Amino acid sequence: MAYSLLEGNEAIARGAIAAGCNFFAGYPITPATTIYHSMLNLLPSAGGICLQGEDEIASIGFCLGASMAGMKVMTATSGPGISLYSENISFAVGSEIPIVIVDVQRLGPSTGSATRGADGDINFLRWGSSGGLPVIVLAPVDVNDCFTLTMHAFNLAEKFRCPVFIASNKEIGMTRENIDLDGLDLPEIISRTPAPLNRPFQPFQTDTGQTVPGFLSIGDNVLVRQISSTHDPHGYITTDPDEIARSQNRLKDKLLSAVDHFTFHEAFNMDNADTLLITYGVTARAAKAVYNQQCRQGNPISLLVLKTLWPVPEHLIRQVARTVKRIVVVEMNMGQYVREIKRILPEKQIDFLGQMDGRLITPAQITEAIDSE
Amino acid sequence: MNSFLNAERPPVFCPGCTHERITHTLDQAFQDMGLVGHQVVIVSDIGCSGLFDTFFHTHAFHGLHGRALTYAAGLKMARPELKVVVTMGDGGQGIGGAHLLAACRRNLDLTLLILNNFNFGMTGGQFSATTPPDAQLGSGFLNQLERPLDICEVARSAGAPYVMRCSGFRKNLAEEIQRAIAYKGFSVMDIWGICPGRYTKKNRLTTKTIDEALAKLPPLEGIVAENTRPEYGQHYRKMAAVQKKAAKPAVIEARYEAPQIGRQEVILLGRAGQRIITAGELLCIAGLTAGLKTTQKNEYNITVLRGPSISELILSPEKIDYTGIDMPSVVVALDQEGVDRRGNLFKHLAKDALIIQISGVTLPASKARIHQVDLKNQGIKRTDWALASLAVLAKLNRIISAEMLMAALKLKFKGKNYQAALEIINRLGLN
Repeated sequence: MAYSLLEGNEAIARGAIAAGCNFFAGYPITPATTIYHSMLNLLPSAGGICLQGEDEIASIGFCLGASMAGMKVMTATSGPGISLYSENISFAVGSEIPIVIVDVQRLGPSTGSATRGADGDINFLRWGSSGGLPVIVLAPVDVNDCFTLTMHAFNLAEKFRCPVFIASNKEIGMTRENIDLDGLDLPEIISRTPAPLNRPFQPFQTDTGQTVPGFLSIGDNVLVRQISSTHDPHGYITTDPDEIARSQNRLKDKLLSAVDHFTFHEAFNMDNADTLLITYGVTARAAKAVYNQQCRQGNPISLLVLKTLWPVPEHLIRQVARTVKRIVVVEMNMGQYVREIKRILPEKQIDFLGQMDGRLITPAQITEAIDSE
Repeated sequence: MNSFLNAERPPVFCPGCTHERITHTLDQAFQDMGLVGHQVVIVSDIGCSGLFDTFFHTHAFHGLHGRALTYAAGLKMARPELKVVVTMGDGGQGIGGAHLLAACRRNLDLTLLILNNFNFGMTGGQFSATTPPDAQLGSGFLNQLERPLDICEVARSAGAPYVMRCSGFRKNLAEEIQRAIAYKGFSVMDIWGICPGRYTKKNRLTTKTIDEALAKLPPLEGIVAENTRPEYGQHYRKMAAVQKKAAKPAVIEARYEAPQIGRQEVILLGRAGQRIITAGELLCIAGLTAGLKTTQKNEYNITVLRGPSISELILSPEKIDYTGIDMPSVVVALDQEGVDRRGNLFKHLAKDALIIQISGVTLPASKARIHQVDLKNQGIKRTDWALASLAVLAKLNRIISAEMLMAALKLKFKGKNYQAALEIINRLGLN
């Protein structure tokens, strides 16, 4: 077997290029900076554009402009940068601008600890922009996921015309690992669907049964309007409550109704297990070690590693949890995603193990949590 | 010539608002330039100046307050052939000040039309970055406490190559707008106007007083000679075209056998500046040459050449899940800072664990075997100690063999750096 050695951040950059990304803008921030460095190494020489904004707001602003001109765009930051992105994230949600946003999470709150990992932004990514409409959040576990989930992220951003987050972590992004680049299971590249040209173009028009409007680029021959304000299908401000309701519902349904088609996960289901571990991100690595150990010792557990965090893959979670009595949710924060599990499975016993001190949750801690019923 | 104005969406400005006048003037400028709608994008943000894009048959991008220049930059980089016209108010200059400065420094071919009416009209006449201190406005006494911004002077000192200050009532305004749009670079027009809905309710401002006020200021009539330089987009494309193509990640064939069977965990305890991370990477590459899976997890502080630097390395024939190390088989103690940071791990070390102790580093008590090395006496610089410690390991045939290390050096370094690394290895009698 022949491997390359890559850190997670570089794998994200290379995955982005493989997905057709041709525009990147970012602002330096540990632990996401090496994504910017990698893009600067990869993009300009390949005919793409890589820019450093004067701040995070400018960086995502550049991306939104370029995306509306038809480019496949990505930006990368950490928690403090996501805070600054917020106004433009809701713009991308409400005005359906494809963009991939990488959050290499570090220990918060606020400026927190630049060089320590955490998964403290998981709910922030979902709920941290005005309007509260759904977003897509994918969470890689290792360097392979960094590459492949980034490709999926681009495909989803293109298909649904929305922001897609990669919720990475310092402990994935800045960790080097062996990777077999030729052996990855890569998706076909998807690009946004053009609007039909046989009728007058309306930038936000959807036909019956269609949840995502067709796209035309700013700069092409047909005039395109993009607008951050509440708009009608023509892209002009509207005050019509029925029109507004239709549009808000569509923005919600286009993702919630489709999540079963992009529920990335790994499920290790033991028929005779009473306990199900649910986790995501770097913590899944400790959980896998525990799963293997428990199986070896004849105390089987089930393990569900979620890689699509938002929208919540409710069908999958219910399905995997069907036969177990107890669920232990493990996450590198003080208790965020566990709220979703409790919401979906009110009839189950749900225990929580969390930690937010810059250290990884260890297999021993997880084993103890399983044993301490 | 056909008007660019959208007959179905006539301007909705207050009677007497200078914005309406500028709307028609901009239309005239587009017509006189012989443009067609799809060659232009109007980028706007929030407030009355943010209504501009709706009145024109052009591409339109209407975004968040103060951010118009950022969207415009993305659009222009993506579509260099587009005429990108940005309309912002004086409010947008305040909230988006950083973007204005950056746009001036960058010199991308955008035209910024500042519809400066000295207050926030839409939200109720609050003071903006350009409100005079003696104006009576919706912000009570607060505008008396702040000094207004001279946008043009700021733009000029920030490097804008084209700056013009003028009245919205200027006779040849369409011509001037044309000239600004035609300029190949970042052009700023600070256009002063009247806001009858808010500002002139309590403040006297007329075409005459505007002209008088402008006459007192040093004239700025377009090109700023000392700021003239290549346009950013063209410059970017020229430089990007000569960048070296990025290499593909090296694919490392398994050629050797590792000295020990099974999972090995190594921790390098050093300090920043000792190239701990590079040494860790070399150890991983060496592992790959023996067909092992490998992970490198690093820990350091935010300081650059100060503080501990630690690298945790796992080499294993099996897939590696958890990347942390609790019971390393080898500890390399390169500096007291790293040792002190992980002082707790020593008491848990197994009897068959090995500590490489560089002279001068004090170790906490442990059961592990200690191998002392004096690198200073061998004339090896502190910055090379981490690399040298790999040669020590290879010489002991622990974790990596000499051939694994040599292969890793060859894969990681080129030219002079490779020679320098070889020399250090040679000093330790490895090669």
